[in-house]
Amino acid sequence: MTAGAPVVEVRQLVKRFGGYAAVDGVTLSVGGGEIVGLLGPNGAGKTTLIHMLLGLILPSSGSISIFGLPMPRRRQPILARANFSSAYVQLPLSLTPRQNLTVFGRLYGVKGLAARIDELLERFEIGEMADRPTRALSAGQVSRLNLAKSLLNDPELLLLDEPTASMDPDIADKTRQTIKAIQRERGLAVLYTSHNMREVERLADRVLFLHRGKLVASGSPRDLLARYEREDLEQVFLRIARGG
Amino acid sequence: MEGRLRRVSAVFQRHLYLYPSSASRLMEIFYWPLLDLLVWGFLTVYLSRSPGAVPQWTAFLLGAMILWDILYRSQQAICVSFLEEMWSRNLLNLFASPLSPGEFVGATMLLSLVKFLLASALTVALAYYLYAFNLFELGFWLVPLVFNLIVMGWVIGIVTTAVILRYGERAEVLAWGLALLVQPFSAVFYPVSALPSSLRPVAYALPSTYVFEGMREIITRGSTGNSTFAAPFLLNAAYLALAWIFFKAMYRQAQEQGKLTKLGE
Ligand SMILES: Nc1ncnc2c1ncn2[C@@H]1O[C@H](COP(=O)(O)OP(=O)(O)O)[C@@H](O)[C@H]1O
Ligand SMILES: [Mg+2]
Repeated sequence: MTAGAPVVEVRQLVKRFGGYAAVDGVTLSVGGGEIVGLLGPNGAGKTTLIHMLLGLILPSSGSISIFGLPMPRRRQPILARANFSSAYVQLPLSLTPRQNLTVFGRLYGVKGLAARIDELLERFEIGEMADRPTRALSAGQVSRLNLAKSLLNDPELLLLDEPTASMDPDIADKTRQTIKAIQRERGLAVLYTSHNMREVERLADRVLFLHRGKLVASGSPRDLLARYEREDLEQVFLRIARGG
Repeated sequence: MEGRLRRVSAVFQRHLYLYPSSASRLMEIFYWPLLDLLVWGFLTVYLSRSPGAVPQWTAFLLGAMILWDILYRSQQAICVSFLEEMWSRNLLNLFASPLSPGEFVGATMLLSLVKFLLASALTVALAYYLYAFNLFELGFWLVPLVFNLIVMGWVIGIVTTAVILRYGERAEVLAWGLALLVQPFSAVFYPVSALPSSLRPVAYALPSTYVFEGMREIITRGSTGNSTFAAPFLLNAAYLALAWIFFKAMYRQAQEQGKLTKLGE
């Protein structure tokens, strides 16, 4: 798959916490309409990298450009065109899904918000729970609500940090299918982190392996399997990580 | 500008959504002021019946209690709105959106005004019916007095929130305690002259001191000098600017040290 003009361009990005480099000289780009999987074990630096793209953490050095604009200097216009979801972040449980989507729709300046919310509630099959407290939703419904929130502003870039981490396999699979379907439909760029190598194989056009803050390999899943003569990405990763 | 107002009102709306369905949050607005009022009210009734009572005791104590509560609630509203987002693990959703920290704080200030109006309506009315104390006897003076208390509450609320942003849960206790720290020096229930002379400069550095001194002067003499108002306005303006600079510095440190993304974990 050929990617469009780069949506994200990261150069020599470094984040040190005290003496420890959580992200250590990462250079990467994500093209328009591309799904990129950022893979790595726990502690590899995936979340730190995503948070720097969102301006939530400031880099120690290096540069980030999103939609051709520098982050964090132009955070506001960048964030208006992007969105974010993570297994470790929630929407307020005491608000209803409709209230939550209304608040975030207004934060993102969504036009025709009421209709947009109805459309998303229907698409993600949470319409019948729309006016109950979010606390009453099942785990699967909550994850669909989070996805609905992250699509409210019809983003050109979606940053997903372990979106399926706390889901059971069935819900995780459905979530992946939804992400894929929406990405095809809307042509948005997705940067998706996971420590589960297997799940990304099917979803990503391209994967990046992050290990101790450094990018150690990248390519389409197929290329990587061929290059390292392995059956699946997990084995590819183990081979790289162990310096084989 | 239009986008700014929209984002401020979105956060404001998010917090208003909490109230109709939450008894405990409604209690938070009404319960404490109500209890304070009852205790202080009956105390003043008792004191005013004792031999040698100061004639204005009711007004001094109830006026002080109602006004102090305005400062305290104003501070609380800022901190509680922030803690609410932290506890519900919603901060990252907010700060990953186009919302700026300044817009967030602006929304919490607006919320503090609404909570102030609701709680004050109740306490002022009850003080009148139960103890025949009419706060509006302070007349036009009430406007600058109350304004200065609200702004000073914002200052303390912003400073507290900034410290929590930077230091996390360890600092949460400040949300309940920092305003109380200024109470002894603010001449709330007694004049500045009751303080040891070494502490008086501290008192005069606090905008609240001028408000409570002014209140007593109005109650006894029916008016007060203009200097009672210039000083707290100027002090508040300076403190608000400093509080905002401090907040921005703490926010930046939290971004640099990766604390912002760890809050509430
Ligand atoms: N705020 C922080 N302060 C200090 N160390 C941190 C902070 N955030 C992350 N780290 C460290 O940086 C490394 C990368 O963390 P993280 O980006 O969360 O990894 P991942 O998301 O890949 O599991 C870890 O060793 C982690 O302990
Ligand atoms: Mg992570």
